[in-house]
Amino acid sequence: MGKVKRSPWLLHYDASSCNGCDIEVLACMTPVYDVERFGVVNTADPMQADILLVTGGVNSQSAEVVKQLYDQMARPKVVVAVGICACTGGVFKDCYNINGGVDTVIPVDVYVPGCAARPESIIDGVVKAVQIFQERSDAHDKYVKEHGESERNLNDPDAAAREGNPADFFDAITKTSEGSRNKEAEKK
Amino acid sequence: MRIAMIILYLVLAPLLGGLLDGIDRRISARMQRRVGPPILQPFYDVQKLFAKQRIVVTNSQTFLMITYLVLMVFTGCMFYSGADMLMCFFVLSTAGIFLYFAAVVTDSPYSYIGGQRELFQEMCCEPAVLLTGVGFYLLEDTFETAKIVQADRSAIVALPGFFAAFLFILTIKMRKSPFDESTSHHPHQELVKGVTTELGASNLALFQITEWYENILMLSVIALFIINKNPWSIPAAILVVLAAYFLEILIDNTSARMKSGKMLELSWAVTIAAAGVNLLILILVR
Repeated sequence: MGKVKRSPWLLHYDASSCNGCDIEVLACMTPVYDVERFGVVNTADPMQADILLVTGGVNSQSAEVVKQLYDQMARPKVVVAVGICACTGGVFKDCYNINGGVDTVIPVDVYVPGCAARPESIIDGVVKAVQIFQERSDAHDKYVKEHGESERNLNDPDAAAREGNPADFFDAITKTSEGSRNKEAEKK
Repeated sequence: MRIAMIILYLVLAPLLGGLLDGIDRRISARMQRRVGPPILQPFYDVQKLFAKQRIVVTNSQTFLMITYLVLMVFTGCMFYSGADMLMCFFVLSTAGIFLYFAAVVTDSPYSYIGGQRELFQEMCCEPAVLLTGVGFYLLEDTFETAKIVQADRSAIVALPGFFAAFLFILTIKMRKSPFDESTSHHPHQELVKGVTTELGASNLALFQITEWYENILMLSVIALFIINKNPWSIPAAILVVLAAYFLEILIDNTSARMKSGKMLELSWAVTIAAAGVNLLILILVR
């Protein structure tokens, strides 16, 4: 329905970041960068968010939280990994307690490198994410038109199974996870 | 005439409410030396929320939010059809209760505390709201808004205390700082999103639209203080309403949140000092 890209709401989660990237994410909201002029709202609520912004590498404690936050977001949704730790694990990659980048837990769509990521590059990443958000929204509209409105109850454990996986809708997600796998192969 | 007014309210209230919301966000941004979102941003937001997958925590949430919206619209229609003002305020409180239900029907502690605070806010507003009705009755011998707007002179001349009290609780009704206890329009508050924490996608859109209807209704009560049988009082009322809204934005941007106990003390103190004293004078003069 229409142009949803005008209203991307962000959910920011600190998986195990040193707060360097987090400060830069918050800097995007300040008068200097002012991302609200693009309609971006920094919401603290996964049920209201469209774009999940994760900073820091994922460890065994934050993995479950990242997964749950992603699960609680309504479709269509996009994930942005901010900072090199969130992209690959960064300097902590080989630490015993770090699983690696965010893509070890959930499919990531946009990688924003940097240590710490500059506000300019974060805004750039969000703008990319917004384009993906619009594409997914169009796919979602198409899905709703063909299959009817799907209502999701977060307390219903079988809901996800009943919803099924509409292939065209998840196309973009699969592509991204393939992309991240390729990226890992390149690294090796 | 009545039907025309009702239809006008039904159609124009969400448009004007959304527009005022957009202007509010823009002016707030300018006060913080930012550029700010487009004026139509609230409409983009609501449009997006409707486009998203419906997401709920319990299925009854949707029903409760729709009831909240319907009762709020009903209140506004009653007000604009020229019906009993006191009755409007009672239905308005009932609508608020449904928002409370929608918040506490979930298991979320944030939503639950937000709901409790929403009730607390109602408690702070209610004396001033009811006294406003009483004030109009003492002055015009009627609760009916249709007759109040036909008065010889503006009600604010005899009811300045009531006006001040109502202006004060307007901040609470609009959930603006320093009284944004139950939910905040700004991110990063201790209750996540308070009363709206468990409202996602279309349910949040319903909340947003209801808030627009409510704001327009509240501002209409402000206008009722100004409007008399002279048609020139209508533009004057619009100016006063815009000034009141600007004042709300200014207060929102220059004050930090208050504790709820303090909110109760302050709102009741202002109600008693302003509206109460005005009421006594009105009874003595009669």
